[in-house]
Amino acid sequence: MGKPVSYEKIEKSARIGERIRKTVIYTLLTFWAVMVLFPFYWMLLTSVKSYSAYNSEYVPKLFTLSPTLQNYVDAFTAVPLGGYFINTLLFTLITTAIMLVVTILAAFAFARLDFKGKDLVFTLFLALMMIPNELVIITNYVTITDLDMRNTFAGLILPSVTSVFYIYLLKENFAQIPDELYYAAKVDGTPDLRYLLKVMIPICKPTIITITILKVIECWNSYVWPRLITDDEAYFLVSNGIQEIRENGFGRENIPAMMAAVVVISVPLIVLFLIFHKKIMEGVSRGGTKG
Amino acid sequence: MKVVLQNLTKKFPNRNKKIRSEVIAVNDFNIEIPDGKLIGLLGPSGCGKSTALNLLCGLQKPTSGKLFFGEDDVTDLPAENRGVGMVFQNYALYPHLTVKQNITFPLENLRGADKLTKEEMSKRALEAAKLVQIDELMERKPSELSGGQQQRVAIARALVKMPRILLMDEPLSNLDARLRLQTREEIRRIQKETGITTIFVTHDQEEAMSISDMIIVMKEGVIHQVGKPQEVYDDPTNLFVAKFLGTPPISVFHGKVKGGKLYLGEDAVLTMKNVDDREVWVGIRPEGFILDDKGAMCCKLTGVEVMGRDSSVISTHPTLEGTEIRSIISADSKVNEQAETVRFTLKPHKVHIFDKETEERIYFEAD
Amino acid sequence: MEQKSFKAWLYLLPAILFLGVFMVYPLIDVFIYSFEEGYNSASQTYFGIGTYNYSYVLHDPYFLQAVKNTFILVIFTVPISTGIALLISVGLSSIQALKNLYQTIYFLPYVTNTLAVGLVFMILFKKTPYTDGLANLIIGLFGGSAIDFIDGPYWAKMFVLCFYTVWVVLPFKILILTSALASVNDIYYNAAKVDGTSKLRIFTKITLPMISPTLFYLIITGFIGAFKAYSDAVALFGTNLNTAEMNTIVGYIYDMLYGNSGGYPSYASAAAIILFTIVLTITCINLLVSKKHVHY
Repeated sequence: MGKPVSYEKIEKSARIGERIRKTVIYTLLTFWAVMVLFPFYWMLLTSVKSYSAYNSEYVPKLFTLSPTLQNYVDAFTAVPLGGYFINTLLFTLITTAIMLVVTILAAFAFARLDFKGKDLVFTLFLALMMIPNELVIITNYVTITDLDMRNTFAGLILPSVTSVFYIYLLKENFAQIPDELYYAAKVDGTPDLRYLLKVMIPICKPTIITITILKVIECWNSYVWPRLITDDEAYFLVSNGIQEIRENGFGRENIPAMMAAVVVISVPLIVLFLIFHKKIMEGVSRGGTKG
Repeated sequence: MKVVLQNLTKKFPNRNKKIRSEVIAVNDFNIEIPDGKLIGLLGPSGCGKSTALNLLCGLQKPTSGKLFFGEDDVTDLPAENRGVGMVFQNYALYPHLTVKQNITFPLENLRGADKLTKEEMSKRALEAAKLVQIDELMERKPSELSGGQQQRVAIARALVKMPRILLMDEPLSNLDARLRLQTREEIRRIQKETGITTIFVTHDQEEAMSISDMIIVMKEGVIHQVGKPQEVYDDPTNLFVAKFLGTPPISVFHGKVKGGKLYLGEDAVLTMKNVDDREVWVGIRPEGFILDDKGAMCCKLTGVEVMGRDSSVISTHPTLEGTEIRSIISADSKVNEQAETVRFTLKPHKVHIFDKETEERIYFEAD
Repeated sequence: MEQKSFKAWLYLLPAILFLGVFMVYPLIDVFIYSFEEGYNSASQTYFGIGTYNYSYVLHDPYFLQAVKNTFILVIFTVPISTGIALLISVGLSSIQALKNLYQTIYFLPYVTNTLAVGLVFMILFKKTPYTDGLANLIIGLFGGSAIDFIDGPYWAKMFVLCFYTVWVVLPFKILILTSALASVNDIYYNAAKVDGTSKLRIFTKITLPMISPTLFYLIITGFIGAFKAYSDAVALFGTNLNTAEMNTIVGYIYDMLYGNSGGYPSYASAAAIILFTIVLTITCINLLVSKKHVHY
């Protein structure tokens, strides 16, 4: 400490260092934000460029002054995009609904009821969490084919229903509800099912919403299983539809129309996300760190 | 190192955004803290003590005012460059490092001319550990230590870099009662041995009174009194300070001064010169009561607790503010526990009177 | 008691039924398939039991290509995506203004359809007679010459695949790391600051060890996820991945199933079990390494 210290210098360099740090951080963050947003911008932009305008641009323009909605009309008329859309909607809704019922019932049994072999069964359930989908999809494919359920909604939905992870997540949440509530309800003569519906589900609503949203995202974007199980366009989901459009639809080069289809397919989830972004991000990070 | 606070002020925007006012956590502090002393910064919780400490160590910047360490103006100096040692309330020991790694951590930050070799670091760490008597525990992780041991590690870590001043935020609050007594003596000893100006924050007046060379009593961001513990106790400047210091606490009464006499209800308990007739708050320290059958003050007796040397006489009085009067008298004086009433005379210097409105002390001359 | 038990099983019944039919049974079945030689899915007959399926798969050049592709993908994307995610999360947690906006933007790819956005990437990188594509124009700005990233040389295709994979997996990693960083108690940073610790040292000595469990979790799940890569490749290069030399192990499995003659579930099963073994081995290695380095 012997030598004189210039406080002014230290203070100044600290201030400058702070400013440089902030600049670097914001530059980096903005750069990546642009990288994330650009593909979305590009698909939106391309989808409103007319076919001829797009093909005449050797150097693609970063904006357009004459937007057209013709591509959207094409997307719905030239290919059965509306059909894909309805299929996906049905698939998503039914799968999610069945999943919720199955998951809630199982989680309730594990969290609230006592029965012989509960621990053993639960351990087996947890063990199943580690099994990758790729390992079981082969037999499921054969099973569904043998049952003659290819190109049916049943074939699409049934194997996609269960998720051990969601059962686990909800069971943990159910288990946090104090036992006293259950005993109080028992004393009042409440049947189990009523207790589940009137007490447990309302209390655990956030978790239930979370798994619903996660499942909806999963269903909306699912590709592998639907591709295996459907080869009839009438049962295509949007992902398969996109692939079909890419390979056979519109004539290969009508990229603006393709982008219009892509926009239409992406919009529902993006809207859902923008409305529920807090809940979705919370849910994913909660699910993610525990999984 | 001497520490000087000049008009130091810290304001926060109100948490509730709808209210456009500010919370003043530290309001215009002017104190000169002498070199090499142990200072207790004392006040009820939420009074701005911790903010004051954060201003001293540089984690927060003051809204206005200046702060000097010795002759150096450190007001705008970042925490990294202040060279203060800090013991945090929850100790903030790095859970992934051993005791030794925790203690050497500040030393490894030194750069340039101050850089130390591995051997020097180990030596300094061991010295610091010996000072707080944890040199046996160097290879343990914080999770394997008791609360008291963690506390010592935190002190060793703060001391190892030979800080210009040492700050402690509620250093005893996480310890159980027995350890607290022991550790506060320990802090006293370490401070005396190292001679480092030490400022510690506490809400426990007993703690502050027992070991500090000087106490600063504050409330709602304002300093109420500064001084040696005994001086502040004997000579409080206002009702808050009088009530805040002392166990058992001071008994407070509604009284009035009339014709040079202090009345509690109908009892004229004390004569006092040069005070005009007025309504006052009357504070009487527990040791200010003397048992006297002919005493002027007549109280209703509710109980007697004998504890070795002393006994507490518990009683009530119609003018009392609060629930009971606890007076401490020598155990030799016999109290008739069956009696309905008990009578006292008062020691004038243990009686303080305060203005009814401002609660400021009114000084009087006893007869 | 008996009746209570019965009721509990009733609640569990749907889950057990679904899991039994679509998970437990297939799990056993896949092993059986993988050892049944010459299985014919039309007649459901086979010649014998043996390891021929494994040896067929392991000698299939398409499978070897897929393994090579998958390993390249894993080796590049896992470290790069984890590194970038760490960088961005640290940046995110050190700012206040606009933090929520950035976070929301970064998470956007998570909710979008991989196939759909993959198509956009394809257009950005593809070189056609009409246009070189935006990526090539940018390369041109720096004096490079145009390359077809979609139908061109192997390394160019691999680059796009890796790039897109990183783009797709980052949202999850950024989100998890940001919440891990937020859960580190400020008091440690304050303590380090008062002790004069430099920013870099705070990061390496305090932040990194404190979030190391999350970091290892992300690396492990990153490995598993990258080994299962498939739809990203489909999105960029179409369904005919073998011709594009861009197939992945999972892609190989599905191609085997989806053959015109009813498929080869035996080969697919063998490949799936090989994949599972690889993933299991790598995960075990990861866990062993993390035991050594994670401090809790």
